[in-house]
Amino acid sequence: MKTQWDLFIAFFRVGMLGFGGGPASIPLIQKEVVEKYKWMNEEEFGDILAIANTLPGPVATKLAGYIGYRVAGIPGMLNAILINIVPTIILLIILLTSLSSFKDFDWVRGMAAGVVPVVGMMMAVLTWQFIKKAGKGFGWTKAIIIGAVLFVVLQFLHIHPGIVIAVLLILALSMKDKEKDNREGDRA
Amino acid sequence: MIYIQIFIAFFIPGILGYGGGPASIPLVENEVVKRFGWMTVQEFSEVIAFANSLPGPIATKLAGYIGYEVGGVLGSLIGIFATVAPSLILMVLLGGLLLKYKDSPKVKRLTLFVQPVIAILLGVLTWSFLQESYEGVGIWQTIILLAVSYYLIERRKVHPAFVIAGALVYGGFLL
Repeated sequence: MKTQWDLFIAFFRVGMLGFGGGPASIPLIQKEVVEKYKWMNEEEFGDILAIANTLPGPVATKLAGYIGYRVAGIPGMLNAILINIVPTIILLIILLTSLSSFKDFDWVRGMAAGVVPVVGMMMAVLTWQFIKKAGKGFGWTKAIIIGAVLFVVLQFLHIHPGIVIAVLLILALSMKDKEKDNREGDRA
Repeated sequence: MIYIQIFIAFFIPGILGYGGGPASIPLVENEVVKRFGWMTVQEFSEVIAFANSLPGPIATKLAGYIGYEVGGVLGSLIGIFATVAPSLILMVLLGGLLLKYKDSPKVKRLTLFVQPVIAILLGVLTWSFLQESYEGVGIWQTIILLAVSYYLIERRKVHPAFVIAGALVYGGFLL
């Protein structure tokens, strides 16, 4: 029971203090799990983070779920995930439903209109981060060509992004490894 | 059936969104706005705005809220489950195996290959937000809000929640 309570408190704190989405909460999780409760050491945490990054989907919930599972089985997993995400979901539901119940007022429409460009700006910054990752990983010339092809495929041929991603994942797994990559793989 | 649709709408971003929760934003938009038509671009951008002002992972906030809007509490739970469960189950089952291959070039390529797709989708989504804003409040208001919010969030490192609150007040009085 003590362990479940500790998990509850640890991931409640992570969920309430992790502003900027899941990836921003990784250092907070590390602080709780490694430094405060000592459920695992630095190295084990690093391994878990590495595994989480090889899989798709949100990182924070994978960490919460996996660490909860390691510490206290399936109940620990559910405990850690739910306390990590549910409080802010409830807050979001309350905020947005109260906003939409006042939708007929002009000033509420004005408020809603005011945030759209701000979100546009934040999305533009996020886009740039992904462009940079692609540019560094592929090299810029290659990244621009790949980007142009993908743009046509997604926007003009209207292929579902899920299919495009699935094809790329299969490609990533079936491509032959280059000499250089192999050496890197062996060293690590 | 609505619950199956909710499951699909969040399962796809959950299983394909390499690069953490933020990478799944455009994938969620694709299902929720374009495919199932549950909300408009404007409504989706409001959800993003509020989700970004609150703490916690973004993907599950989207799933929890949109699932609730479309299918009540059960819809919300299904949305969350579809977002979290697939990759978590893989992680629990394959943990040891994945650890062995975490530095393999194949596995590293998985994440890299998805980045350009996410970048394009995010770029297109950004564009539709800006267009929405241009049509709603005109070019000058859009540029002013863009410039001021960029300066505050990216240059002065003001917390997004405060900037969004400021934009709400500004919009309430002036737009």
